[in-house]
This record gives sequence, C-alpha cells and structure tokens, in this order.
Amino acid sequence: MKHLLSTRDLSRDQAIAILDLAEDMAAAQTREVKKLPALRGKTVVNLFFEDSTRTKISFEAAAKRLSADVISFAAKGSSVSKGESLKDTAQTLAAIGADGVVIRHGSSGAPRTLATSGWIDAGIVNAGDGTHEHPTQGLLDAYTMRKRIHGDASRGRALDGVRVAIVGDILHSRVARSNVWLLETLGAEVTLVAPGTLLPVGIDTWPVTTLFDLDEAIAARPDVLMMLRIQSERMNAAFFPNAREYSRQWGLDDERLARLPEGSLVMHPGPMNRGLEISSAAADSARSTVIEQVANGVSIRMAVLFMLLTGGTE
Amino acid sequence: MTAFQITGAVLPDGTSTDLFVQDGVFVDVAPTGATRIDAAGLQALPGLVDLHTHLREPGFEQSETVLTGTRAAAAGGFTAVFAMANTMPVSDTAGVVEQVKALGDLHNYATVRPIGAVTVGLEGQRLSEIGAMAQSRAQVRVFSDDGKCVSDALLMRRALEYVKTFGGVIAQHSQEPRLTEGAQMNEGVLSGELGLAGWPAVAEEAIIARDVLLAQHVGARLHVCHVSTAGSVDVIRWAKARGIDVTAEVTPHHLLLTEQLVAGYDARFKVNPPLRRDEDVHALRAGLADGTIDIVATDHAPHPAESKECAWDEASFGMVGLESALNVVIASVVESGQLDYADVARVLSTAPARIGLLDGYAEPFAVGAPAHLTLVDTAARSIFGTEHLHGKSTNSPYLGRELPGRVVTTVHGGTATVLDGVLVDAAEVARG
Amino acid sequence: MTARPVLQQADITRALTRIAHEILESSRGSGDLVLLGIPTRGVVLAERITRTLNEIEPGSAAWGALDVTMYRDDLSRNPTRTPSPTSIPAGGIDGRTVVLVDDVLYSGRTIRAALDAINDIGRPRVVRLAALVDRGHRELPIRADFVGKNLPSSKDERIFVRLAEVDGGEDEVAIA
Repeated sequence: MKHLLSTRDLSRDQAIAILDLAEDMAAAQTREVKKLPALRGKTVVNLFFEDSTRTKISFEAAAKRLSADVISFAAKGSSVSKGESLKDTAQTLAAIGADGVVIRHGSSGAPRTLATSGWIDAGIVNAGDGTHEHPTQGLLDAYTMRKRIHGDASRGRALDGVRVAIVGDILHSRVARSNVWLLETLGAEVTLVAPGTLLPVGIDTWPVTTLFDLDEAIAARPDVLMMLRIQSERMNAAFFPNAREYSRQWGLDDERLARLPEGSLVMHPGPMNRGLEISSAAADSARSTVIEQVANGVSIRMAVLFMLLTGGTE
Repeated sequence: MTAFQITGAVLPDGTSTDLFVQDGVFVDVAPTGATRIDAAGLQALPGLVDLHTHLREPGFEQSETVLTGTRAAAAGGFTAVFAMANTMPVSDTAGVVEQVKALGDLHNYATVRPIGAVTVGLEGQRLSEIGAMAQSRAQVRVFSDDGKCVSDALLMRRALEYVKTFGGVIAQHSQEPRLTEGAQMNEGVLSGELGLAGWPAVAEEAIIARDVLLAQHVGARLHVCHVSTAGSVDVIRWAKARGIDVTAEVTPHHLLLTEQLVAGYDARFKVNPPLRRDEDVHALRAGLADGTIDIVATDHAPHPAESKECAWDEASFGMVGLESALNVVIASVVESGQLDYADVARVLSTAPARIGLLDGYAEPFAVGAPAHLTLVDTAARSIFGTEHLHGKSTNSPYLGRELPGRVVTTVHGGTATVLDGVLVDAAEVARG
Repeated sequence: MTARPVLQQADITRALTRIAHEILESSRGSGDLVLLGIPTRGVVLAERITRTLNEIEPGSAAWGALDVTMYRDDLSRNPTRTPSPTSIPAGGIDGRTVVLVDDVLYSGRTIRAALDAINDIGRPRVVRLAALVDRGHRELPIRADFVGKNLPSSKDERIFVRLAEVDGGEDEVAIA
C-alpha cells in the first residue's frame, strides 16, 4: 500500500490488517522503551495547511515512536501563506528527501492531487482534506469500537452487526465520510442523524439509514453514539437558526445520556464543544471513549506509517 | 494567395463539387493562376463561427492574445469568433471593443466580433454604454456579462428592453449566485462523496425560466449561453413552443464529458457550468438534434498551467476548445447519427452567424459570397495532444484521448489560414 | 526437487530433551529461565522445551514469544511484513536467564534483531540461544549455545521444518 488517501479504498482484509497491526503498536506503548526502530532513517514530513494541534501531535508521536525523523510544517508564517503553490512545496520536500508526507489541507482532493502528480515520490497519508475524508480518524474510531466491544479477542475481527449512530454536521464532515465507508466495509450498521440542511444531496445512495430525530436514534439502542463537532468556522448561519436550537434538538445532554443503553459507547473525534453537541457529563462518563481515542490514534498512525514506509520492491 | 481551385470537395448536403475562390469571394470559374487544392474525400464546411470565445486580450495576455486565440480558431476550422467581454479593462466601452476588433483585423486569421459587457465592469449594477458600443467601429450586437450572471431581475429586464434599441441580443450566463456560492462541481451524489461544494442544476434552470418569461414580457430576444442540464433543455423547449424569441448554445464538452471525470480531482475537468450527468449529456444531444439548442459554441477559456496544477478548490474554471470543437462534435452527435454535416454547417456556422448578426455566412459557398470555408478529413482519427493546440494555453480535457476528424484547410475571406493541416505563417495571413 | 529427511519425529524429540538438560546444566538450577521463541516455529519449540524443563525440575522455566519484525534490517527491501504477537511471561525478563529459541539458525540476522528487541523490553542477566538446526553461513558474529543438529548446507539448499502444532502430521526436518 503506497498511500492512504481514503477509507473508501480499503478492502475488508486491509482494514482488519491495519487494526491488528495497531494492536501490536499499542502493545509496544506499554513497555518501558516505547520506541521501535522500524522506521529508523526515514523522514516523515507533517504538511499541515490547516490549523490542528491534536492530529499533528499524534502523527508526530507516531512517527517518532517508530524512530523516524519528523519535520513539521505549518502553513501560517510559511512560504505557503506567502503564495507558494502546493506543487513547489511538494518539490521542495522531495528535494529534501521526504519518505512520507502527512498532509492536511483545506481543499478536498489535495492529497490525491499530491499523490498522482508526480511532483514527489513519497508515501502520502491524508490527515484530512476539506470535507472529503480523514481516514486515520475513521480507523482509530473503528479500532476504539472494536477494542471496547471485543476486548482481548479483537485480533482478526471486524465490526459485524455493531450498530453505530453518527450525529451532527454530516454535510461538512470528513470524519463522517471516512467512518461511513469504513464501518460499512467492516460490517457495521450505520445511522446518520442531522437536520435536513446538514445532510448532503444524494444521501439516499449511501449505505446508511438517515434520521432527523436524535431521540428516535437513541430509542433504537445503538451500540455506539458518535457526536460530531458543530463547526462554526465552516458554515454561515443559514444551516440552523442558532446554537441553542441545535443543542436542544441534536445535542447529547444528560437526559439523553440517561436514556442511552448502559453498554453503549459515547464517542467524539474532538475537539468538543462542551455544552453544545455534548454535555460535560457525557464527555466525562465511563462510556465515553474520548481520551482513549487519542491514544488509539497514535497506535493507528504508527500502523499506517509502518505499512506505507516499509515494504520495498519485491 | 488569393486564388484557389478546390476540387472534389463534398458539400454539407453530400454532393461533390469544385469550388473557386478569387479576390476574397466565391466565383464560378477557375481563376487563372489559381492554387490547386485537392479536396477529394474531404468534407467542405462553411467557415465555422464561434459565438462564445475568450481571447483574454486586453489584460490576460499570459493566457491568450487575439493573435494566438485566432490562430487556435483557424486551426479548428473557425473563420469568425465572438470575443467575450471579461477582459481587463472590461469590454464595456467603445474604446476597448474597437481595440479588440482592430487587433483581429490586423492579424486576419479570423473575423473578431467583440462582445460588449451588459453592465459596467461586469458588476451587475449599472448598464454599460451599450449604444456607444453598438455604434462604434466594432458594431457590437451581442452583449454578455459571461463569467457572471446578470442576476438582478430588474436589471436583466432593463437590459433586454434597452438592447432592442440597437438591434442587439443579451447572451446570459445563467447562474443564480446565491445558490452557487463557492460551488466547485455539479451537485449530486458524486459531489457529496468527493466533498466538493455543489453547483445545483436548478441554479441554471431557474434563471433561464425567469429570463425567457422576461423576454416574452418585454418582447425582446434572448440568447442562453452554454446550456448544461436536461432541465434547461426542457425549459427552452417549452419557451420556443410558446413562440418566445430565445436561442441557445451548448459547448462541445457538455456533449461528451460527464462529472465522473472529476473523481480524480484533476482540475483540467473544472469548468463553469460544470460537467454534469449522463442524462444531461443525452438531453443536450437530443436538444441539439431537434433544434431546441440552436448552436454549438466553444466557451474557449485559456488558463495558465499554474492555475490548473493545484488543488481543485484553488484551480480556475475553464477549458480551451477551439481546436477540438469539430472533433468533439463529430465524436458526440455525428457518429451517433443524430446530426449530419448539413446540421453541423448549421450549428457551427450559419446559425451562430445569424444569431450574432454577422454578415457573409447566410449563403455558404454561394457565388459572390465571402470565401469562408474549411475542409475536414472526417475519417482521420488521432490521439489529441498538445501539438494540436495552437493557443497559448494547454488546459484541454481531451489530451490523451482519441478523437475523429482533422482540419486540413481553412480559408478566411479568401486568405488561407491553414493549409495541409498546418497554420499559415502570421506575416502572410496579415497581408491577406 | 525432492526433500531429503534429516531428522524424524523421534530424532527431534530426543534433541529437544537433550537441549533441555543442557540448559538446566548450564544454568546451575538458577530457576529463573525464560524461553522466548521466535515466531512461528521457535514458539512451538520454546513451549515444548519449557514443558520438558518443568518435568525435570518443576517451576524452573516459563515461556513466551518474541516477535522481531520491527527490528529487522531488511524492512525496506522486502514487501511489508505482518508482525506476530509478542508475549512475555509474568515476571518479565529483568535479571533473568533468557533463552532465545528458533528452529533454524542461518545468517544470524534474526537473532541480532531479537537481541535488539530484548534490549527494549528489559535487561536480562544473561541471554542464550537454542536452535533446533544450525545450518552455518553466519553473516554476523552470532553462535548458538544449544544446538539440536548441526546441518552443513550449501546456500542453494533449503531447509524445511515441520512441527505438528503448526504444520500438522509428524515432526520432520528435511533439506532440498
């Protein structure tokens, strides 16, 4: 596998292989010496054109735990903000000898443009492109679900029959898209919950059930309830009247948390708007996987970097 | 060279004949000292007329100039182009349109008819000096804010009423701006999957519906640029059935390409209006065949490499199309049997000339008429490459694709601009 | 190309029993033995030897698996490998006698990787190496402390090890 651009491209076997490899990576994280030498001598560049703290740090940690050299590039204050093109940035990195590039970009499709352009020969990992995909987030979410549901017997298993409800701004969410395709591949049943304005045209062709009503979704006893962040930076006001109405209709408040089945997981990709789409109690409850999603993110990203950067020609 | 003897050409109606050109017009006897052109097996067409081209000069000469754009036109078999007004400065005064026409006359590869902007600076606020442009040396008859839509209903009404005064026509780029803010590709299942903001069909159809009703109400003529959806074809068909004076154009790319090409995020396929679905392509072909759509116009839109070699969102909208227009028309509607070459002559020459009020194309090949013609090897097939592009820009969606047809000869007002498939040298063409 | 058997099931059992006695003898009853098998067949051998050790001297040994994929020196040269699980018995390896167990000792690179892996897990008192077959052609200065059979071979030949738990049927070592 040369690039990881989307979860749509992953077969069931490939997806399970990544999740299993992440288990090995996670095991190494419990030792005293957390580092593995597998990517010693490789250079990984974090090419972040959009602000991000958690994802960038996660990839940085993952690369360093595999003994790779990491160079982080943030758009602000860089030559890109002075107008340097993606093409020139890519060719500069190629000249420096980057083996892998982790790219987050505001334009959907930018990682694919980079991977197919011929400007650079490195393995490309999509860390989030516009509203298109965020494949490592999808993978770490699946890993988290699998670990909580199957525990030590997770290896080799998918998520067949697991019922997942995803709530929020589906229209603008790359996390939602990556999750939908991957969960379908792993055999889960997905329900999306949002107001009509936040569902994309053509959603009826997606392999999901769609509901406008969060209470109805909770009454269906999902195994996983994933809340998406309401992104004020991506929208103008006409998607819903105000934050209060959104929260009342689609927020996971304490009352809804109480109606959620005991064993159901509460997930959130972060960063959270406490009090808007998720209450503090929900975020901090034992059912919440928010913190372990972060740790699992490092393991998944280690697995992905290992797969992309080892394995030469036959 | 002003005298030609063209033997064995097949006319649009299928009959074979010899054609004779002398002193810029068709004559009925072989002139002495004529250059002989053997046209056996070649399809003769009247010189093609493009009602929708972007020559980019003045202001964007890095993408194209009047010289390079008209050379590209000649290579595609065109002898006349209507140059859109989104130049810099905008073509909203007599001065700019006269300059553009003068450049076209100077180079002589094709007749350049400048299009005047409907509103000052294309800003959609105030009418431009339509009268001045109509009466200038450029004799502007077609007015368009193309690139942008005249979206204000009142302003569109005024424009339709005012242009009647000068015998002109408004050519509308139909795009409701509020429904298409930040739009990148056709809105549908694919745009939702790719994470690209959608350009819904209704944003085009709603404007066309409004405009045909306005045209009916004020008794004015309307021309609809680059129709791209099945729904738009339905609205225009309905309007014509009611006797509304509306004409419409379709681009070659909308007759052949669909939104599936966007899936790889290759910005060569980014265009406005966007590539749409299979159903739209089929409706457009049927509309062209039954006359609902009157003409084919290229919307030739050159852009420099750096504005296409980047992330999709950042890329410019547009494709070059003068050199490939005839090839794509053959590949889409001629090979499907929907149009024959008499229809091709109509949709690519006589009808656009009529809509744009351009003289000299009403009676192709008639003795005494200006000698505008092109000879095409319709059986040839080749892989379209950058060697087929003669403008300054290479943003063509057909690179690497096999296309039928090859322009062998183009004659503009008795001057050969293309001979043996090769552009004639500028100095010679300028001399006439 | 037919493989010629060099060890049958009975030979292998005797060799493993002898190795177990040699391990006990050299460790002088330290009672802190940890046998780490290198996947896949080394793990089977480690388990068998441990069982024998505990039959002779109960409680003297524990076994586990040590995957060395991450420490290989040829990761960029070959297609991506899938690691197997590593499991270290309770009590870890710090201060204990670790015996690495593998089926075939050849270039020595796998053992070099195993030593690096051990280094990141803990600090044993001493590390030894037991191999069912030593076929020579070392590329690094590594030697086995306990060997089932020395099997000189040429580089064109291949050694095939069959163990019941992994391959089914009877145990066998063959060369072709």
